[in-house]
Amino acid sequence: MTLKRRTFLQGAAAASVAAATGFPHIWSKNAGLARAQGGEIKVGVLFSLTGTTGIIEESLNKATLLAIEEINEAGGINGMRIVPIVEDPASDPATFAEKARKLVVGDRCVSVFGSYTSASRKAVLPVFERRDNLYWYPTLYEGRECSKNVIYTGAVPNQQQDEFIPWLFENFGPRFYLIGSNYIYPKEENNYCRKLLAELGGEVVDEEYVPLGHSEFSSVINKIRSTQPNVIFSTVVGDSVVAFHRQYRAAGLDPETMPMASLTTSENEVAAMGGDAAAGHFTSAPYFMVHDSPENQRFVEAYQRRWGGDKVTHFVSEPSYFQVYLFKQAVEKLAASDIDPPTIREAVRGEELMAPQGRIRIDPDNLHAWLWPKIAVARSDGQFEVLRSSSDWLRPDPYAAYPGQVCTVNGLVEG
Amino acid sequence: MEFFLQQVMTGLSIGSILLLVALGLALIYGSMGVINMAHGEFLMLGAYSTWALNTFFGLGLLSSLVFVFLLVGAFGWAVERGVIRFLYRRPLDTILATWGIGIILQQVVRLSAGGELRYVEMPEVLTATVSILGVTVPGYRVFVFVVVAALFALTWALMFKTDFGRRLRAVVQDRDTATCFGVDADRVYSLTFAYGAGLAGLAGALVAPLKSVSPEMGTAYVVDAFFVVVLGGVQSLFGTVVSAGLLGQLTGSLAWVTNDTVAKALVLVAIVVIIRFRPQGLFVAKVRS
Repeated sequence: MTLKRRTFLQGAAAASVAAATGFPHIWSKNAGLARAQGGEIKVGVLFSLTGTTGIIEESLNKATLLAIEEINEAGGINGMRIVPIVEDPASDPATFAEKARKLVVGDRCVSVFGSYTSASRKAVLPVFERRDNLYWYPTLYEGRECSKNVIYTGAVPNQQQDEFIPWLFENFGPRFYLIGSNYIYPKEENNYCRKLLAELGGEVVDEEYVPLGHSEFSSVINKIRSTQPNVIFSTVVGDSVVAFHRQYRAAGLDPETMPMASLTTSENEVAAMGGDAAAGHFTSAPYFMVHDSPENQRFVEAYQRRWGGDKVTHFVSEPSYFQVYLFKQAVEKLAASDIDPPTIREAVRGEELMAPQGRIRIDPDNLHAWLWPKIAVARSDGQFEVLRSSSDWLRPDPYAAYPGQVCTVNGLVEG
Repeated sequence: MEFFLQQVMTGLSIGSILLLVALGLALIYGSMGVINMAHGEFLMLGAYSTWALNTFFGLGLLSSLVFVFLLVGAFGWAVERGVIRFLYRRPLDTILATWGIGIILQQVVRLSAGGELRYVEMPEVLTATVSILGVTVPGYRVFVFVVVAALFALTWALMFKTDFGRRLRAVVQDRDTATCFGVDADRVYSLTFAYGAGLAGLAGALVAPLKSVSPEMGTAYVVDAFFVVVLGGVQSLFGTVVSAGLLGQLTGSLAWVTNDTVAKALVLVAIVVIIRFRPQGLFVAKVRS
């Protein structure tokens, strides 16, 4: 058939009339049916595979795909297969938004698992809020967000610091040196750290930020030497973590008396800097690869069998893995015709799950996860040794540093 | 007094790394006039060569240095012969071409060695700290300082005390006349480029134990290197040293008074202001035009 200009125009006109009147109506009425069609549930997987954060996000992509494969092999969700649609947003927030729109609007996914950086999460947020879709975010982050369209399975400041700061205070002393990369996450963490230290009677000897990607720490180390803090509280990220640790060691500073206490140093960073440079420094997180539980043993074995024996699991890849199982649990409770992002969100409120780190739960109010904070020290073999595990799961409070602000079912409430 | 010394030492160690990174560029850009945007990637290749020699052949950092210099130097020679020499009279095209080479190198390394961060082990003898006039300084930084001083002396001698250096200076001053006197300008240029690339490779090897090694690491260094060379005065080897020292001390003391983020911005402002009033840089080599 040849398409003439005139017939094409007529056709296009007819189609646009139909679109204006008929389509939207049919579309919304059968939305539920359309979403879980032919025994398949479509989900988006949105982690960068290229670009600056490509390496770390690739491990999140792998953990997500592993969980999806496991669920499908075990018979899917109520007999329906999960079909992952993988996109590569290339570490660029604008591309994140564009790919998110494609997954939500074009592919009609019922949920999207994705993001490592806060910048990329903020970039996709409007897409999910406008379409009332669901974004599953596995990374620890700075809190201060309250969206009914995001399920947050990583730690917020109170979950990493509430036990860590008093422990450091008791074991090393009251004087803290706060250092971070110059962006929102370290500032919010330090903000909360200051609050905790004020309650304990501790002291912040200095608070300093270095540019992202900074690699010359001579001046910082000089200041540390002259102020002699008891603890260096570090929220430096990326390449800078490696440079900072290696220069700290070259400067002859001693982790025994002046350790770095980090919220961002995982097995990944330790592998990049070498165990010797990391040894003796502390990290607080809900998950470490060495954590001793049958669930974690299964997770680590499955991960290494699927992706290679030299691969490490860490405190962001673990939530990437278990949040897919949370998704499964929530969808299982729904009839096939009811599967829709808002119904999944309601189903996941208060949902509990045995994760590799311990039993976790999604808070019914703020949609963040109840987690198990742990304090660990890095060893020279590149792994951590868990020194202290929380005796109970810890409630997420994304507004812990801001008294009077509470994240509730109805959004942020002041006062 | 001790505080003052501490600051000077910090400035010296920052400055020595700046000079290390800029020395190769001082020749390639300063003498030959080639705006080599791939300088940072030559440095990155040096760091990865060291890592590879270390990982696959068990060579320590110190024994790798000569190989790294030769490897990256040979690579630089090939780049000059294959691409740069066709573009000597077209500076804008040189920028594009070398930038392209830089991107290609980044991706090749990412695809072959992987994109994860790497590190190079510091030689055991240099992990200790030393005390200079009562100030504690990392042994490795002292080592870098000494190596940089030696490399500078070597480069200076090469430029001003050898026959090769005389030929290079002749070609730089007036290529056609030099050629008339029987100087093989092509050969002089390709060897100079190779030497400059080799120096960049050494810089990469030497910063690797202090900083992280990644395919993108060169980007930050190439900017620093251009600042140092431009501020010092293009074509002035001596100016490069003064400018590296000055920027080192400035960065060190500003970072002490404020913090690294502000220091970085203020140093850039200072460079802009100086270049505004002294576009030729701090030092001017006398060249007949």
